[in-house]
Amino acid sequence: MIAVRNLIKRFGPKIVLRQLNFNVEAGEFVGLLGPNGAGKTTFLRILASLSRPEGGRVHIAGFQLPSQAAQVRRRLGVVSHQPLLYDDLTAEENLWFYGRMYTLLDLKPRAEEVLRLVGLHPQRKDLVRTFSRGMCQRLAIGRAVLHNPDVMLFDEPHTGLDQDASAMLDTVLSEIAARGRTVVMTSHDLARVADLASRFDVLSRGKIVTSGTREEVGGDNLLRFYRQAVKGGD
Amino acid sequence: MVEKTRLLTIFDILTFIFMLVAIGLVFFYAPVEEIMGQVQKVFYFHVANAWVGMLGFTVAAVMGGIYLWKGERKWDIAGFAAIEISFVFFLVAIISGSIWARPAWNTWWTWDPRLTTASIVELIYAAYLLLRRGVDDPNRRARFSAVYAIFGFLSVPLTFISIRLLRTIHPVVVGGADPSAQGGFNMTGPMKATFFFSLFAFSVFFVDLLWHRIRLGKLQEKIENLRWHKN
Amino acid sequence: MFAHFKSYLQAVGAIIWKDMAAEFRSRELLSAMLVFALLVILIFNFALELDISTRSSVTAGVLWVTFAFAGTLGLNRSMASEKDRGCLDGLLLAPVDRSAIYFGKAIGNLLFMLIVEIIVLPVYSVLYNINLLQPGLILVILLGSIGYVSVGTLLATMAVQIRTRDIMLPILLFPLAIPVLIAAVKASDGFLQGFPLADIMTWLNLLIVYDIVFITIAFMVFDYVVEE
Repeated sequence: MIAVRNLIKRFGPKIVLRQLNFNVEAGEFVGLLGPNGAGKTTFLRILASLSRPEGGRVHIAGFQLPSQAAQVRRRLGVVSHQPLLYDDLTAEENLWFYGRMYTLLDLKPRAEEVLRLVGLHPQRKDLVRTFSRGMCQRLAIGRAVLHNPDVMLFDEPHTGLDQDASAMLDTVLSEIAARGRTVVMTSHDLARVADLASRFDVLSRGKIVTSGTREEVGGDNLLRFYRQAVKGGD
Repeated sequence: MVEKTRLLTIFDILTFIFMLVAIGLVFFYAPVEEIMGQVQKVFYFHVANAWVGMLGFTVAAVMGGIYLWKGERKWDIAGFAAIEISFVFFLVAIISGSIWARPAWNTWWTWDPRLTTASIVELIYAAYLLLRRGVDDPNRRARFSAVYAIFGFLSVPLTFISIRLLRTIHPVVVGGADPSAQGGFNMTGPMKATFFFSLFAFSVFFVDLLWHRIRLGKLQEKIENLRWHKN
Repeated sequence: MFAHFKSYLQAVGAIIWKDMAAEFRSRELLSAMLVFALLVILIFNFALELDISTRSSVTAGVLWVTFAFAGTLGLNRSMASEKDRGCLDGLLLAPVDRSAIYFGKAIGNLLFMLIVEIIVLPVYSVLYNINLLQPGLILVILLGSIGYVSVGTLLATMAVQIRTRDIMLPILLFPLAIPVLIAAVKASDGFLQGFPLADIMTWLNLLIVYDIVFITIAFMVFDYVVEE
């Protein structure tokens, strides 16, 4: 589903991603871990087609970035730590807007379906300005699944959420994962990812230094796995 | 790098010679104009200066276009260099024009088309330089500069035409059969020769400076890269 | 092919709808632009000491300075609201050509500017006892605003990504907008003073040329201004 080879990205003289390799099969849920500044967000932005790779190859769902970006975008759903929502519109208006941008058919029924999925149907006519952070995130996820993407990218979605909101988010996330989508989620909060992901990759200093499945690494070993990876990374 | 430096040195010498010859022509060869006397000689430098100022914009816009197309940093460095140099050249042109204007028209400044357009171009250059200052990411900075240079370049003819359609008292030396223009003067043979040579010498001067500035820019970039990798 | 075009138009329409709907709720942008415009006119009143005879000759100038400043305000706010909540990314994620974003925002900005102008005209007419509601003038305002907004939207998209964002837009925009302002002022003045159409045509042509040239260029380079 996702195939990345020798990806390079620079920020002026600074090399952020150095010959990064990354492969994800359809249906996998990958937890992408790494310390701050390792390049997780940069990497995710490249996968999201928001940033251009400077070297190497990136293929998503069979299409290459950046040349076939439009086709990729159609199959991609992205949730970043900013909600990407308009304050002065209601929840359903936000979904209608994005639905139009993605030229969805049966827009209104679909929007309603999604609102129910993320538990915001009662608040559909409320302005996003009045939403709590947790509600914003849930609506953001709704926005991301609206067009039924094959691949979903989450960049630290639990940021700024309290316990309850986080738990609610997890429920939504597991439901999404259960439907066979391919998911890549970054986090520096191991506990969050531990239950959701089927596989863990560690990005350190511009490269994926190690990868391990749930069976190999899961549970209490995760922290040790992570620490080792970060220390040992070149 | 050594090869280039030698070529550059030769070019430096040529520039120096040309400029000397130009100055010599202006002061010793070209006749003194009846009405305005020695001050008229500023004209040779002034127009050449202004010409080069415009050149800078053209070069920068072209470099910008190529940068957007190819994405290689060197085009951005070239465009930036061109505008920096032209900024200074134009400033000198405006000031030298002012010096001429005082005895000729009895005023330090007029709002005639050429002068006004020149000031606007100068402001666009300044805006360009400020734009570069405000962007940290080199890639983005290069892209924005290229786009703005192209926009600036395209706006100049339109600006000039719109101002020209208002009144003018600037001597229309080239391309002027405009009856509303006053204060023109005819050039004799030696004057023409001096004028065109001056234009040529200044162009060479511009290219020389450009070359140096580009070299400087590339060295700067090298240092940035080295400094980063040292960490 | 046709479907592609249809989705393009749908995206443009969606952006315009979104801006209008959001603005209709909060009315922040329009009220700011309107109040600002009226303040500028007020300041001109005192700064220029307009008596009846000079008034008619400076009206065109005062109007366009007002529109230019208010327009800048609108442009800035419109793009800033996208940037601040990260919504620009949201727009960039959509599977449409980037230029659709440009047209959507530009038309939205144009509508805002026109709304402000439509309100300012009668107010000015009443305050200074000049009839400004003439078709010729309306045409000039339309053409001039189109030119101003086409360049302004692109530059605002750049400016909003720069540190010194609020100051940058006027600095970048005004020098480039000079042809529009000159042509618009002269054409407006022509219509107000009742000059023959033949005289005014030059200025109208200039406006049209400017509009076409810059809309084309902006459309072509917009990609480079939003990508990373």
